[in-house]
Amino acid sequence: MHKLEDNRAWLLVVPVFALVAFNAVIPLMTVVNYSLQDIFGPGQRVFIGVEWFREVLRDLTIQASFLRQVAFSALVLAIQIPLGIAIALLLPRVGWKSSLAIILIAIPLLVPFNVVGTIWQVYARPDIGFLGRGVNAIGIDYNYTASAVSAWITLLLMDTWHWTPLVILLAFAGLCSIPEPYYQAARIDGASRWAVFRHIELPKLRGVLTIAILLRFMDSFMIYTEPFVVTGGGPGSSTTFLSVRLVNMAVGQFDLGPAAAFSLIYFLVILLFSYVFYTILKMNEGEP
Amino acid sequence: MAEITISGLRHSYDGDLSDPSRLALKGIDHVWRDGGAYALLGPSGCGKSSMLNIISGLIRPTAGRILFDGRDVTDLRPEERNIAQVFQFPVLYDTMTVQENLAFPLRNRKIAPAAIARRVAEVAEMLDLGPLLKRRASRLGAAEKQKISLGRGLVREDVAAILFDEPLTVIDPQVKFDLRRKLKLVHETLKLTLVYVTHDQSEALTFADQVVVMSDGEVVQAGTPEELYERPAHAFVGRFIGSPGMNFLPCRFEEGEIRFTGGRLSAPGLRRLAGQEGLSLGLRPQALQPATAPTGVEAEMMGLEDRGHYRIADVAMGAVRLKMRLAEGVTAPQGRFPVAFRPASTLVFAGDRLVGDLADAQA
Repeated sequence: MHKLEDNRAWLLVVPVFALVAFNAVIPLMTVVNYSLQDIFGPGQRVFIGVEWFREVLRDLTIQASFLRQVAFSALVLAIQIPLGIAIALLLPRVGWKSSLAIILIAIPLLVPFNVVGTIWQVYARPDIGFLGRGVNAIGIDYNYTASAVSAWITLLLMDTWHWTPLVILLAFAGLCSIPEPYYQAARIDGASRWAVFRHIELPKLRGVLTIAILLRFMDSFMIYTEPFVVTGGGPGSSTTFLSVRLVNMAVGQFDLGPAAAFSLIYFLVILLFSYVFYTILKMNEGEP
Repeated sequence: MAEITISGLRHSYDGDLSDPSRLALKGIDHVWRDGGAYALLGPSGCGKSSMLNIISGLIRPTAGRILFDGRDVTDLRPEERNIAQVFQFPVLYDTMTVQENLAFPLRNRKIAPAAIARRVAEVAEMLDLGPLLKRRASRLGAAEKQKISLGRGLVREDVAAILFDEPLTVIDPQVKFDLRRKLKLVHETLKLTLVYVTHDQSEALTFADQVVVMSDGEVVQAGTPEELYERPAHAFVGRFIGSPGMNFLPCRFEEGEIRFTGGRLSAPGLRRLAGQEGLSLGLRPQALQPATAPTGVEAEMMGLEDRGHYRIADVAMGAVRLKMRLAEGVTAPQGRFPVAFRPASTLVFAGDRLVGDLADAQA
């Protein structure tokens, strides 16, 4: 076939370029711009190269926040993914009970982030909160404003309450799409419940679990609102996650240069981790 | 190997037997002879898959018993019944190799690894899966996948019967023939009782020694392909089998004759039908032929359909339209023409049930 060449065709993609530019490239480049300069005031700026990046990477509090963040995301995934699958397996697949269960389970997903934080902030208070008072009443010392362990437990509980429903819904949808003959064949083959899960359900859930893991990782790695509302990053800096630290730096201290460098590194880390997860999960994919 | 006896089988998916019209299976008694190749034929929704799932134990019937060689298995679970079942779509364990797939039912039964390896090799050999054993099952073609599904049933040495639920639906037409031959070969080698569910009559007729025709939750006829074709016991079988199906011509019996719009035929032997309502003549398209001399029956040519090596004439006899298969070399008639009936192939139905044919009626 004869191929037409006409450079005017580029004009047709200009709108898309413009949209992407205003939507993504220009804001991002602004941040890049800040990250490479030391800004003293309007009109007073010095180009300093990668100095802010060096400083951010060397900052011990940021390193500590990063490790905290990795630990938090790892715990979130380790708790919520198996729990979500387990609950999805227990749900009835058809009928009004199924619909009712799904509606009830989905409710936490509809609560705004800062409301979730406020709910738990009150719920877990050792002096007036139902949970906090209850736990203390049975003799366990629990106070999220005083103990780092209590603070972490509170945040993990809250995040699990808030986001496990997402994993449940995805896993449930995956389970519902498995055709009945798979279960019938497994019964004829004499497969145990575990074998059915291991060899039929889990492989068929692979696609939705990839999505669930990526979403849960990205969200938990960027968590800000809930720790900000519940613990404010404390006690001490025990719940100062990356975004809490970043906001302190950018808005609290108004250090725009380091904050911009921090943001870019933060973004690249999430991108890298997500890519690694995706690659691992797509490896040995069953279907061609 | 087993003889499968079904007695008094009734099934309702909501467990309520009080309304017979809503039953999925409405009272079935049937014996599947040991080693027989059966096709279970019927339109979608007639209950054939329910029947199959009841034999394999996936469904527990609301009422009735299932016996394997006289032993009551109604309450046994599928894995205790030694049944191999192949479904419409290939069912495989995606993460496993072909070998692991075949070994899976044996592993679940805690059989020694050496015995598993030997059985898997035997079955793979029989189904020509040998070269594929190390491959991932999920990457194979539909025909191979169905063979693996079958193989998983066959690895168990005590298999009593193989049940197929429309196993060739997703197979390409060219491969279908090979696979069907392979299935027949396996059946002949192992002498297993084989039940093959299909709604495709040509598949049923070429595959089975015995065809069981179901309609609306009931077995309407069981017989050899020839019997079903030549002497359908029920009008449904006549219409369902054959392409085009049997013609039905409403008629009355009066004064020693069968009378219908368009003509009359002498049939003194059918006097017992005198005055009965709901009579009809059942005629295969090739039982009707244009005659050269007047026969007392006339039809009008409405159209001709060329089907390659034969032609189907669409003819009108009064208000009734009939299909007539013209023999090779016969010139297609035009306008009104006399029609000849082959007496032995002219069946008489009363209320949809076969009551006789014109050959013995005229004798």
